[in-house]
Amino acid sequence: MRLKITHRTEYHYDQPIRYGLQRLRLTPVSGPLQTILDWKLTVEGAQEEVRFLDQFGNQTILVSIGGALQTVSVLAEGEVETADKAGVFGQHRGFAPLWLYQQDTPLTVRGEGVAAVVASVGAGADLERLHELKDVVGKRVAYSSGQTNVATTAEQAIAAGAGVCQDHAHVFCAAARALGFPARYVSGYLLMDGVVEQVASHAWAEAHVPRLGWVAFDAANGISPDERYVTVATGRDYRDAMPISGILLGQAEERLEVRITVEQ
Amino acid sequence: MTAFDEMFPGASGPRRPYASYDQWLKDQDPGRLTEKMRDAESVFRKTGITFAVYGEEEAAERLIPFDIVPRIISGNEWRRLTLGIEQRVQALNAFLDDIYHRQEILRSGRLPRELIANNVAFLPEMIGLRPPAGVYTHIIGVDIVRISEDEFYVLEDNARTPSGVSYMLENRETMMQLFPELFKRVKVRPVENYPQLLRQSLAAVKPNNVAGAPTIAVLTPGSFNSAYFEHAFLADQMGVQLVEGQDLRVVDGHVAMRTTEGYKQIDVLYRRVDDDYLDPLTFRADSALGVPGIMDVYRAGNITIANAPGTGIADDKAIYSYMPEIIEFYTGRKPILGNIPTWRCSDPSSLSYVQEHLHELVVKEVHGSGGYGMLVGPAASKKEREAFAKKLAARPSNYIAQPTLSLSTCPILTEKGLAPRHVDLRPFVLVSDRIQIVPGGLTRVALKEGSLVVNSSQGGGTKDTWVLDD
Amino acid sequence: MLLGRTANGLYWMSRYIERADNMARLIDAGLRMALTRTQNASEEWNSVLLSAGADVAFSQKYTEYTASEVSDFLLRDTSNPSSVISSIETARGNARMVRTALTRETWESINEAWMSLKRLLASPIDERELPKVLDAIKRETALIRGSFFGTMLRNEIFDFYQIGTYIERADNTARILDVKYYVLLPSISWVGSTLDNYQWESILRSVSAHRSYRWVYDADYKPSNIADYLILNSRMPRSLTFSYRFITEHLRALAQDYGELHSSHTMSERIYSKLKNGSIKEIFDTGLHEFLNDFICDNQVLGDQVALDYSFH
Repeated sequence: MRLKITHRTEYHYDQPIRYGLQRLRLTPVSGPLQTILDWKLTVEGAQEEVRFLDQFGNQTILVSIGGALQTVSVLAEGEVETADKAGVFGQHRGFAPLWLYQQDTPLTVRGEGVAAVVASVGAGADLERLHELKDVVGKRVAYSSGQTNVATTAEQAIAAGAGVCQDHAHVFCAAARALGFPARYVSGYLLMDGVVEQVASHAWAEAHVPRLGWVAFDAANGISPDERYVTVATGRDYRDAMPISGILLGQAEERLEVRITVEQ
Repeated sequence: MTAFDEMFPGASGPRRPYASYDQWLKDQDPGRLTEKMRDAESVFRKTGITFAVYGEEEAAERLIPFDIVPRIISGNEWRRLTLGIEQRVQALNAFLDDIYHRQEILRSGRLPRELIANNVAFLPEMIGLRPPAGVYTHIIGVDIVRISEDEFYVLEDNARTPSGVSYMLENRETMMQLFPELFKRVKVRPVENYPQLLRQSLAAVKPNNVAGAPTIAVLTPGSFNSAYFEHAFLADQMGVQLVEGQDLRVVDGHVAMRTTEGYKQIDVLYRRVDDDYLDPLTFRADSALGVPGIMDVYRAGNITIANAPGTGIADDKAIYSYMPEIIEFYTGRKPILGNIPTWRCSDPSSLSYVQEHLHELVVKEVHGSGGYGMLVGPAASKKEREAFAKKLAARPSNYIAQPTLSLSTCPILTEKGLAPRHVDLRPFVLVSDRIQIVPGGLTRVALKEGSLVVNSSQGGGTKDTWVLDD
Repeated sequence: MLLGRTANGLYWMSRYIERADNMARLIDAGLRMALTRTQNASEEWNSVLLSAGADVAFSQKYTEYTASEVSDFLLRDTSNPSSVISSIETARGNARMVRTALTRETWESINEAWMSLKRLLASPIDERELPKVLDAIKRETALIRGSFFGTMLRNEIFDFYQIGTYIERADNTARILDVKYYVLLPSISWVGSTLDNYQWESILRSVSAHRSYRWVYDADYKPSNIADYLILNSRMPRSLTFSYRFITEHLRALAQDYGELHSSHTMSERIYSKLKNGSIKEIFDTGLHEFLNDFICDNQVLGDQVALDYSFH
C-alpha cells in the first residue's frame, strides 16, 4: 500500500529563546515492512546541526533554536510503500543486543500490575501467548485520552485502567519482557479507516520471537499491524523513540500544535 | 609477613637500581635533606598544586605530601612492565569495541552477560559507535603493585579519566630543582615530554572529516573540582584551551567554544567530566557541567571525545576479575601482567568465603574509586568489620574482595631518617594510532607506618618515579 | 584565541586587585584624618564608607563610625563583597579560573598575596597595627602588578586585564570626588577660607596624590586645581583622563587584533574625548556633582558593553 503522510509540529514560545536544541526522530527508514519512496523534513525557525543514526538505528536530526523567532515549525512529509506481513518484521538488525530489550526502563518498570497482566496470559505457543497478551492489555487499559501523559509508567496506566496507545505499548513491552521476550516500543503512523486527519502519531510494540524475529502487536487496536502502519522509530520505551525531545535555556512557555495526515 | 623493600631488600645493602642514589645519599647532611623537604612543600604551596578532599569543609585545598626519596625502577623491569601494559591496553580497547558492537565475548560465554547488562557503566548510547581510529580509551592509568623481586600485579585499570599525571610531572620538576646534581650522577629517563605526546596523541585521533590541524581543548568541571589543578596544568602545557560546559554549545554541527571573537569549532575534546554529566540532553538532565547535544555531534562523527563515553565498562571492578580471560580472548595470549585473585561477592560461594575471611581481605565497592567505601580487613577494628559485614550482606553484588597483598615498600624520609612505606605505581598510557608509555609514572606511598592505603584522599603521598636509562 | 569566560575572569581579577589596593588607600586616608581631626572622625569614616560604596551594608551591621569598626568592615568582613579579604579571594578565584592565561610568576604572586593577606587578616587588627597592615596590602598588590607587567605578553589577555584595572580605578576616583564634591565647589573657595584644607588633603591622600599634587601645583591648594588634577590631568595615574587614556588604548588594541569595532569602542572614545577636551571651568559650570554622576554611570555602562561585545557570558 502506498501511504502519503504529512506531520506538522509547531512550537510557539511566549518570548524569544536564548538557546535550545530539539532532537527529531521523524524520519522513517526502509525495512522489511516498508520502503521509503520519498521523505522530506522541513524545519523553520531552527537550524539543522547534525543528523545521525542512533543506537537503535533511528534516523535522528538535531536542530538548534535561538534568536528573535518565537515559532519553530517542523514538517515531515513523504510517501511510503508498505507491505502486509501480519506484523512480522523479521530478524533483528543493528548492534543493540537483544538482551537490552529485556531490561526494565523507567517507563516500563514491572510491578504488581504487570505481574497481574502476565498471570492472566495462559500457556501456549509463543505467538499465541503474545496475541493473548495484546488482547489482555487492550482490555485492562481502556482507550481514553487525557487520563495519562508522556511520563506515565506502565504500572500507572494499569492502575488507572485507562490510557492511550503509548500506555498500551508500554504495558505490552513490560509484560512481554516478564514473559521472557525481548520487546520494543514503536512510534509511527497509522492510516485510520475513513479519516485523513489523525489525532496524534501512533505507537505500538514488537516482541522478539525465536526463529520469527520481531513481530508487531497493536494492543490499542487489538490487531497485528498491517500495511496501514508506518514505523518511524523504535527503542526500549517512549523516551528512546520520542518524535521530538529537547532542551531549552530560559523561561519561555511553550505551546505545541501537531497536525498529522495519513492517506492512500 | 615482611614486605619486599625495593631499596634495601636485605642486610646486604641497596638493590642495584638504587646503588648510585644510595651512594649520593650517604654523602648528604641529614639536616640539609629535611630543609629540602620543606622547600619542596613551599614550592607546591606557592604554585597552588593542591587537591580538594570531598567531605571536608575546612582545608578545601590541600597539598598531597611529597617525599624526596625517589622510587627507582631499572630499565629491564620497565621493559617487562611496558610489554604487559601494552597488551592490557590493546585488550581494553578491543573489549570496548566488541562490547559496543557484536559482543562476541558475551556470545562466546567467556564473560557473563549480567556483568554488562546490569552495569551502569555500560552506555547504550555508545552502541554501534566506532570512534575515530577505533580508540575508546585514549588515556589510561594502570595501577601496578609489586610484591617481590619478580612479581608485579595489576591492581586496577583506570580507563575513564585517570588523574595524577600532573604530579608525575611536577614531582620530577621539583626533584630537578632541589637536587640538580643527582640527575648528573644517575641517568634517569625523561618524562617531561608527556604533554607534547598527549597533544600529538589527541591530534592523531581527530575526526575523519577534519582536514588540517585539529583544535583541541580540555573540558573541566571547573575550578572547584578536586583535580582542577591538573586540568589547568595539562591544558597549559599542551597549549590548548581549558573549557567548561558553559563555554560550549553546538554550532554549525560542531561543538564550539565561546571566545572573545565568537564561537570556534573544537575537534578533539579531552574531557575530565564524568559520563553522567557530559550531555544533559542525553544523560543527566540536571547537569550544568556538560554540553547539551555533544553526543549527537559525536555520533555524527564531528568530534572526538577522549576518553570515549562508556569506557567505564572496561575498568569496572567486577570486570577486572575477568581481565585475564578478556586479554586472552582478544590477544590470543596469556596475560603478561597478572591480576590479583579476586572474589566476586555476587557469587554466593565467594560471598561466604569473604564473609568468613573479612579480617584478612580487602573489600572494595565495585563502582567506587579513590579508596572511598573500602575495607582493609587486617587494619580495621572489629566494630568497623561488623559494620561493613552488614553493608556487604545487604548488597553483595556491590563488592569484590582481594587478599591483603604485602605491597613492596620504598623508604621515605622521616624525622628519624629513612623508613620503609608501602607503595604502588601508576604509569600513564597514551593510545592513538600507537601505544605510548612515558617512562615513569606516579608512585603513591602510604605515609602511615604499616598502612596499605596509598590514596591521596586517605593520607597517601607521592614520590618521583625514576626509570633508569640502562 | 581567548575564551569569553577567560576574558571575563581576567577583567574581574584585575578589578578586584585594584579594589583591594584602593580600599587600603581609602582606609589610610581615613585613618590620617581621624588622627588629626578627632572632632570630625566619625564624619570622616562615614565618607570613607560612602567612597567605598559600602555605607548601606555597614549601617545594617553597625551604628557607630569608629576606626576599628569601619576598618574591620572594609578589611576583614567576608559579608562585604568589596572588603580587602573578599576582593583578594575573588581575585584569586578568578585567577585560578584563568590560570592557563597567566604566567607562572603572575599566578604565584596572586596566590601568595592571597595566602599572606588571609593570614594577615585572620583576626581583628589592633589600631596600632593598622598602618603596617595597609602597607602590606599595598605591597602585595604592587607585587602582583609588578610580576604582571614584567612577564605578561602584550596581547588580548593584557588588554582585558588593563581595561578592568582602569574601569575600576576610574570608578574609585570618581566616587571619592563625588562624596566630597561640595568642598570643591568654587562658592566655598572664593571666600579664601582655609577651613576645608584638611578635606582637600583627605581627597588627595585617598588617591595617594598628596605629594605629587604639591610638585605639580606648587603646593597651591585650590579646589579647582584638585578637581582638575583628579579628573583631567593626563599624567596623574589615578585621574579619570589617565584611566580613559588606557581604556581606549587597550580597546583600540583589541579592535586591531580582532579586526572588528564594537559599540564599546564608540562609547570609550566618546568618554575619553569629553575628558581630553574638557576644562575644569566647564565642569564646574555644568555642575561637578552632575558631571561625576554621569561619569560613574557611563563608566559602568562601558564595562557592561565590553562584557557584551567580547562574549564574557
